[in-house]
Amino acid sequence: MLKKWMTASLMMIVMSVFILAGCGGGSKNTAESNSGAGAGASEETAAPATLLDEIKTRDKLVIGVKFDTKLFGLKNPANNEVEGFDVDIAKALSKAILGDETKVELKEVTSKTRIPMLNNNEIDLIIATMTITEERKEQVDFSDVYFKAGQSLLVKKGSAIKSIGDITKGTKVLAVKGSTSVDNIKEKAPDATVLEFDNYQDAFSALKAGQGDTLTTDNAILYGMMAQDPGYEVVGEPFTDEPYGIAIKKGETALVDAVNEALAAMKSSGEYAKIYEQWIGEAPTE
Amino acid sequence: MPDFSILIEYFDVYMEGFINTIYSSIIALIGSFVLGTLIAIFRISSIKPLRWAGTVYVEFIRNIPLLLVVFVFFYGLPSLGITLSGFVCGTIGLTVYTATFIAEAIRAGIMSVPKGQTEAAQSSGLTYVQTMRYVVLPQALKIVIPPLSNQFINLVKNTSVLGVIAGLDLMYFGDQVASKTYATFDTYIFVALFYLVMTLPLSYMALHLERRLAKNG
Repeated sequence: MLKKWMTASLMMIVMSVFILAGCGGGSKNTAESNSGAGAGASEETAAPATLLDEIKTRDKLVIGVKFDTKLFGLKNPANNEVEGFDVDIAKALSKAILGDETKVELKEVTSKTRIPMLNNNEIDLIIATMTITEERKEQVDFSDVYFKAGQSLLVKKGSAIKSIGDITKGTKVLAVKGSTSVDNIKEKAPDATVLEFDNYQDAFSALKAGQGDTLTTDNAILYGMMAQDPGYEVVGEPFTDEPYGIAIKKGETALVDAVNEALAAMKSSGEYAKIYEQWIGEAPTE
Repeated sequence: MPDFSILIEYFDVYMEGFINTIYSSIIALIGSFVLGTLIAIFRISSIKPLRWAGTVYVEFIRNIPLLLVVFVFFYGLPSLGITLSGFVCGTIGLTVYTATFIAEAIRAGIMSVPKGQTEAAQSSGLTYVQTMRYVVLPQALKIVIPPLSNQFINLVKNTSVLGVIAGLDLMYFGDQVASKTYATFDTYIFVALFYLVMTLPLSYMALHLERRLAKNG
């Protein structure tokens, strides 16, 4: 009887700890997003001429990045820092526009929330693995391309496959079920035998097990796999065109120009190449 | 009412999967029956190491998910330098896995034959193999048919595990059709129908066999 009571109370304690932890996290998040919205509202009433002026007045650049995407923007659970290629580009932009890379505030966006957040003035820029498309250009403005994404090939180092041209009849290409990459590879290399798996982990394991000659999907994902296992490398230029751009609220041409100038300066100073190499694991192709 | 245009448009794709599933089922069915019988004999053998080996095999394989057994062949074997296709790995995994259940069904059937039968057979001069062949197994067969047919029907459905290791079976192509058409529900209704085309006759055959054996006493 006593034992039963002890078990019950122990469970209560454990459960309440979980509930409290959940509340803590939740309230913190709402506090953050409230302050963000509040800041946005007060800035609107001040109504400076352009968003770029506003950013300079407030002396802070608010940038939406992904918090869950390997290599590009990923929250490191060890130190709660968001790290990645997009994050470093964000910091470099802050340094170029405001003279200090710490004057950047990162906000989490997802593919779904990023455009509404931008248009609600919650963020100044989106740097979140966002492909420039005609459809999106109707909603936002884009900077120049800052990452040439596209479908590519991952092979074991030393493989005879160096580009999509090396895929011949009988080459086993691994892909993920239902992805557009399957259609693309069938179109670009009709002779290939395509084997489809349920997810990227299974497909990569199959490649490692020698069940296929190459794995194809977006190069951003392939670089992530390459970072996980240096025995594998991304080969050839991307054979589909999905350039990533920095999104800016429509009509803010001064900010677009400032971002493009900063990107150009980063590229000529070698800073861009440094960031690229740090995250992507190889030199940028230009 | 499912959208039959999917079935018509992707009929070749469905058929390729259907045929591969039939191949895999037949191979695994024969394989697991032979292997399962062998293990059952091991498990009731009077030779201790054989009995021990049979028990270890059954308890080890039967108590892990089929998917993992198949993964061992598909992802694990290559590290030993043996790389087999998804179809082959899936079929081997299925055989190895189903054999444990068949072994248990057969063992249960043999055990249900009264011990006196074996003793009588052996005292009349029959060897162990002869006792099994002429006295015990014919009686056990009748008891074993229902659980065995269950296992065979399960086996046919379990071939769907090939779908996750690119085994080119019905489920693999079903997944492809579903992701192309976005008509997930309709696509899998047709997949289910194809499975029924295989399993219903099997069920019927089992019932038929059961009745015939019961009649013959």
